[in-house]
Amino acid sequence: MMQQIMGTISAWAIPLFLVAIPLYGMAKGVKVYESFVEGAKGGFQTAIRIIPYLVAILVAVGMLRAAGAIEMLSRGLGPLLAWLRFPVEVLPLALMRPLSGGGSLGIVTELIQVHGPDSFIGRLAATAYGSTETTFYVLAVYFGAVGIKKARHAVFAGLVADVVSIVAAITFCRLAFA
Amino acid sequence: MLNYIWLAMVVLAVVLGGVNGRIEAVTKAAVDSASGAVTIALGLIGVMALWLGIVKIAEDSGLMALLARVIAPVLKWLFPDVPKGHPAMASMTMNIAANMLGLSNAATPLGIKAMEDLETLNRRPGVATNAMCTFLTINTASLQLIPATMIGVMASAGSGDPAAIIGTTIAATFCALTAGVTAVKILEKIPLFAVDRGGDAR
Repeated sequence: MMQQIMGTISAWAIPLFLVAIPLYGMAKGVKVYESFVEGAKGGFQTAIRIIPYLVAILVAVGMLRAAGAIEMLSRGLGPLLAWLRFPVEVLPLALMRPLSGGGSLGIVTELIQVHGPDSFIGRLAATAYGSTETTFYVLAVYFGAVGIKKARHAVFAGLVADVVSIVAAITFCRLAFA
Repeated sequence: MLNYIWLAMVVLAVVLGGVNGRIEAVTKAAVDSASGAVTIALGLIGVMALWLGIVKIAEDSGLMALLARVIAPVLKWLFPDVPKGHPAMASMTMNIAANMLGLSNAATPLGIKAMEDLETLNRRPGVATNAMCTFLTINTASLQLIPATMIGVMASAGSGDPAAIIGTTIAATFCALTAGVTAVKILEKIPLFAVDRGGDAR
């Protein structure tokens, strides 16, 4: 029910935005076409400005993944985390999630296929994936767009949110599905 | 901070790549990721232009100012440095709304627009302000109410109840968001991250 309502809202949100804002503008006497074109001009520069930041982050992440760092780190941390009752099956996902959206989507899909979509691990993986964003990608795009090189505490705070999201995902999935 | 993190990632990749005998893969990944990054950025041009155009109409018609005034009381404690009625309030609100609805095509351009609005308040170009760090953290914790991608993956894997994960995802998201905002508010007061240090150990 909730899902259907949200689905309908999501499907209509963009078309409604695209028609409501120009209509409101017209009512307020704005030359909507001229205004739109004037604003849209900025799109090119913004996208171009992001490139160096995105290259820096995505190259570093891509190299780490290709080197097998996630697997090695998972194997290294596995015994300790297993002792803490952490489900080690989702450890590679937890490590990949802040680094690469595509990479973590691949891991989730595989976990769901191997363990089954209605298994505890499958549901935990889906919950963990859905409850956070790709921190380093968001950082590169958003800060890159305004030329921020010194991110101050933003990286730490983003990683705190990532750690809490995986712990929370495990806790809530144990409560709901175990 | 980023200097160390970035260097550590690259050094670790080359060392581990060598140890694991995957150095060719590391080379290939570096080259492929570099061109991939450009593809992603170029792909943003169209949607970026679309939303910046729409936002410009909203600005010229006074809609953004209206939204900024209405939402100010809610966002004030999160962004105390952003003046009441500043355009950043409106663009941040639109980004958050688009995120909640899972409209990532709209959320990213609107978020970038919000960052540009926040940049107008920045007295130190190149160094993130407190408001920018808070806004970024909110975006790194997902705000999506319905995890549409995961429901799709579950359904296509033959799940009997693909929507079962909605509750756990929302609960975990909320915890991550709360933790992220708490962390950002505490960390911004730590001298190591102070603006005049360039907010950076080196």
